[in-house]
Amino acid sequence: MGSPPEVPLDELYREVVLDHYRHPRGREPLARVDVTAQGFNPLCGDQVEVALQVGEELIQQAQVLSRGCAICTASASMMAEALPGQTLAQAEQGAEAFRQVMHGKPFPQELPLGDLEALEGVKHFPVRVKCALLPWMTLKEAIAALRRGERRAKATTE
Amino acid sequence: MTSTTSVPVLRPQRVAERFPILQRTVRGRRLVYLDNAATTQKPREVLEALQRFYSHTNANVHRGAYTLSEEATAAFEQCRERVAQWVHAPDPRGVVILRNTTEAINLVAQSWSRRLAPGDEILTTEMEHHSNLVPWLMAAKERGLVLRHVPITEEGELDLAAFRRLLSRRTRVVAVTGMSNVLGTIVPVPELVEEAHKVGAIVVVDGAQLVPHQAVHFGQLGCDFLAFSAHKMYGPTGVGFLVGKPELLEAMEPVLGGGEMIREVFLDRATWNDIPHKFEAGTPNIADAAAFPAALGFLEELTFEAIQAHEQDLTAYAWERLAGLGGLTLHGPKNPSRRGALISFVDEHIHPHDLATVLDTHGVAVRAGHHCAQPLMRRLGVVASVRASFAVYNSREDVDALVFAILAARRFFGLA
Repeated sequence: MGSPPEVPLDELYREVVLDHYRHPRGREPLARVDVTAQGFNPLCGDQVEVALQVGEELIQQAQVLSRGCAICTASASMMAEALPGQTLAQAEQGAEAFRQVMHGKPFPQELPLGDLEALEGVKHFPVRVKCALLPWMTLKEAIAALRRGERRAKATTE
Repeated sequence: MTSTTSVPVLRPQRVAERFPILQRTVRGRRLVYLDNAATTQKPREVLEALQRFYSHTNANVHRGAYTLSEEATAAFEQCRERVAQWVHAPDPRGVVILRNTTEAINLVAQSWSRRLAPGDEILTTEMEHHSNLVPWLMAAKERGLVLRHVPITEEGELDLAAFRRLLSRRTRVVAVTGMSNVLGTIVPVPELVEEAHKVGAIVVVDGAQLVPHQAVHFGQLGCDFLAFSAHKMYGPTGVGFLVGKPELLEAMEPVLGGGEMIREVFLDRATWNDIPHKFEAGTPNIADAAAFPAALGFLEELTFEAIQAHEQDLTAYAWERLAGLGGLTLHGPKNPSRRGALISFVDEHIHPHDLATVLDTHGVAVRAGHHCAQPLMRRLGVVASVRASFAVYNSREDVDALVFAILAARRFFGLA
């Protein structure tokens, strides 16, 4: 019988995750907004808004607002903390690497992803993977829009 | 004078013993299955009926002149007969066997809308499941029809005054749920039908939530079409029904073309089979239909009298326990006689998905999300909620397990 492994709850909600959920970072407005993207998960209604201040391909500041579950909120908060100082290419690489982590790949220690490793346990809860990915998918859309010379973008998990 | 009318009593623990799946554990805990509005579990006799069909009777229907095909056809048609009796349909020819409620509503929406003219109005409600909204949206777009929606009151009931205001000579179809899958509200269908028929509109009832929980009499309901699914009433998945007035079905064009639904086919034209077969193109879900009468037999044995008494008692108990917790917003009418066996709620602090995940680790299965009713969720001002929905095998112990798990979730997130 192919029952999924019984992963304990605190593998999903590690202490670091709960801390980001209770005290989300990166909510302060930016001095200048170069691009914004809105992300939406129609399954649960979770919403994320990413705003970036970018100079010379470098993310100077990020504001990430989220309205959703603990996993989505923590992921958004961790992303907001990790982004400043990364190039657009690095941020995209990080988003893609995290997507692969959620689908079973090992965590890329070499990438500057901050506290994000604490969310690795989400991969054991398939229905929650989209919660963790929503902020990162929204970020990808923001960067893609910026590259097209646009200032707004939308992302959805479905 | 001693009249001892024995009211049948339902003992949920004894009923649960008849469901093999309820004997399993989830994450080391007893399974507490509270997602019955999505689908119910299946009793042993239904599983045996499925097994028996495939190991004894399996063949295609309405085709070969050989014993197996005749037996399979008889088993399939027996389902139609039983369903017709179950809802007191005027004629088994008025029972179309389809995949589910959604398909049944789509059939009416697609076919009936071809009889309408641009500007004609469809009146539906704010509390519909997407399956009774989207088919009408699609038909409206294709045919230039106007969609109107009856709002709900603060209590979560249909606003009947608004219904009367919105109903007009232009209204051709009223599409309404018999019972809301989010609020639990039971809709006074006969009242709506009376008004709708006065203006010459037909009434289509989404019975997915209503039919599993009470005796439904098609004639007394008065509607023109009633759609429901076998899998929400202890039967197999993949079988649903459209019960309609035969004369209306006869006037309708089929939506799907293919085998079975035709009488004569030429290269340049075809004529249609009689109802209900003209709406049943292709090989139907024979085995699951053949097994469904076993589920009806199960319900019959328990009796709706006992089922309703049990489910109302359980829902009232759950309401009291959940309201007693504080910090939860409970949606829908409070009066248990005006609601079905489900309660949707939102915790002040814990997101529905987080709550459902923690409940699952306690073996408690609930639905979290928008319940395929996004317009209603917007009206309620929430994006998602948790829904506990009850069935014949649920007991007060299950409600206690739910409450215990909610408290555990609050402790876990540091909110208790």
